[in-house]
Amino acid sequence: MKTIKVSMRFSPDIVTKPLTYHLIKDYDLEVNILNANVGLNKIGQLVADITGEEAKIEEGLKFLKEQGVDIRLFTRSIIWQEEGCVHCGACTAVCPTEALTMDKNSWSLTFNKEKCVVCELCVRTCPIKVMSVSI
Amino acid sequence: MGYKSIDEINEKIKSGKAVVFTAEEIIDVVAEKGIKQAAKEVDVVTTATFGPMCSSGAFLNFGHSDPPIRMCKVWLNDVPAYGGVAAVDAYIGATELSETRGMEYGGAHVIEDLIAGKDIRLYAESYGTDCYPRKEIDTYINKTNINQAFMFNPRNCYQNYIAATNTSDRTIYTYMGTLLPKCSNVTYTTSGQLSPLLNDPYYRAIGVGTRIFLGGAQGYVAWEGTQHNPGQVRGENGVPIGASGTLAVIGDLKKMDTRFIRAAVFPKYGVTLFVGIGIPIPVFDEEMLMYTAVKDSEIFTNIMDESVPSRARPALGRVSYAELKSGFVMLNGKKVPTAPLSSIKKAREIAELVKMQIMKGEFLLAQAVAELPRENKVNTLDIREGDN
Repeated sequence: MKTIKVSMRFSPDIVTKPLTYHLIKDYDLEVNILNANVGLNKIGQLVADITGEEAKIEEGLKFLKEQGVDIRLFTRSIIWQEEGCVHCGACTAVCPTEALTMDKNSWSLTFNKEKCVVCELCVRTCPIKVMSVSI
Repeated sequence: MGYKSIDEINEKIKSGKAVVFTAEEIIDVVAEKGIKQAAKEVDVVTTATFGPMCSSGAFLNFGHSDPPIRMCKVWLNDVPAYGGVAAVDAYIGATELSETRGMEYGGAHVIEDLIAGKDIRLYAESYGTDCYPRKEIDTYINKTNINQAFMFNPRNCYQNYIAATNTSDRTIYTYMGTLLPKCSNVTYTTSGQLSPLLNDPYYRAIGVGTRIFLGGAQGYVAWEGTQHNPGQVRGENGVPIGASGTLAVIGDLKKMDTRFIRAAVFPKYGVTLFVGIGIPIPVFDEEMLMYTAVKDSEIFTNIMDESVPSRARPALGRVSYAELKSGFVMLNGKKVPTAPLSSIKKAREIAELVKMQIMKGEFLLAQAVAELPRENKVNTLDIREGDN
């Protein structure tokens, strides 16, 4: 079993197709949608964690490409150097997926890696440079 | 209840009997015991803030070289420092940028590196005089091999501040952080109910000479801060709605700690300094205690549109800090996420630390020697012809 994080962009003509249904049904994949921006007659975007057997993932991705989906794999991840963090919250102002939030009791920054789409806005925003991207 | 003097409170601190709460804890104490009873029992309430404060810097004295130099232009790690004072004195301002690294390193970083004990490259030029013949010097300094190093911040500790948003169609990069297009976020910067001047709205306790916690050391309020604006609109509880009073503060940089002073870069805006300040408020009387019991729900500010490039930016709405801290506010019928820029976690750490220092007798209160102005007019800068 393997998990990959992938961004999928759909052109407006295929946005109505039930693509995630096929990934689950035909390829036995677990699809955990992390971020979705889909609308009729618009370019759609999905960010998801896909878990399954390696061969099935390959086949599933091939299927998506055949359908005209523009696929980008996330090979990098955001690293938070927690011990240097001052918990100011500046990164939470720009995080689009609420991966970075403030705990309302302790006012500590919390980072939910599952929700992160590696947009890197936090890296550029962090005033003390404790957010970075893995290579 | 009568008036409790600073001397009486200090006697209790010295004997280890002072009753101290943080400005957050006192809210529940007052709710439980009532103002009258709590004012009898409580001696000190500690307040704190840890936020980006641009108007910060430090005076340094490097000691004399042989042969000596009267430094005219001074650089520290390639960041220009102001040398227009005596021969080997200089002021390094937090927001000054490196001439070689630009916005990634500035005066604030020099200050943080000095506190951390690192070597800093000092380069200075002079025209040379009979008494100071040297024209150039290139060496390294650190906090142990220079003479005085004291932080002197002309404007810190703002009594309330604006909240910011952006109505334009593009992302803007400001002193209030990154503001997303079409009012997609709101940022705010205060520790609210824990913030020093919000707990002393009329400057009854805090004045010139008040001993404070500054960046890990004990320092003092030196003066009213620049742009001190006590005339700001106030609510019924006396708390200003928007930016108002400020403090100029001073303290020994050599005794500071990088846990409480951190250099910061706001993208496409510039370098600034996170400054941690804690101020104990003596509970003189019931009125003083009442002010310290102020809650986030009773402190308000205006959300300003930072996309308008004008001095008079339009206010889009008034909100309380309880609303801002809830994670979102309603703005023109839309739910907008909020984000802080000042660390409440750090402010709590400082308020707690000062509380412990007072309880252990390590931090005595100082009577203010002069009051901060309670009224004055803030001038604007107009483009005009000279009179002479």
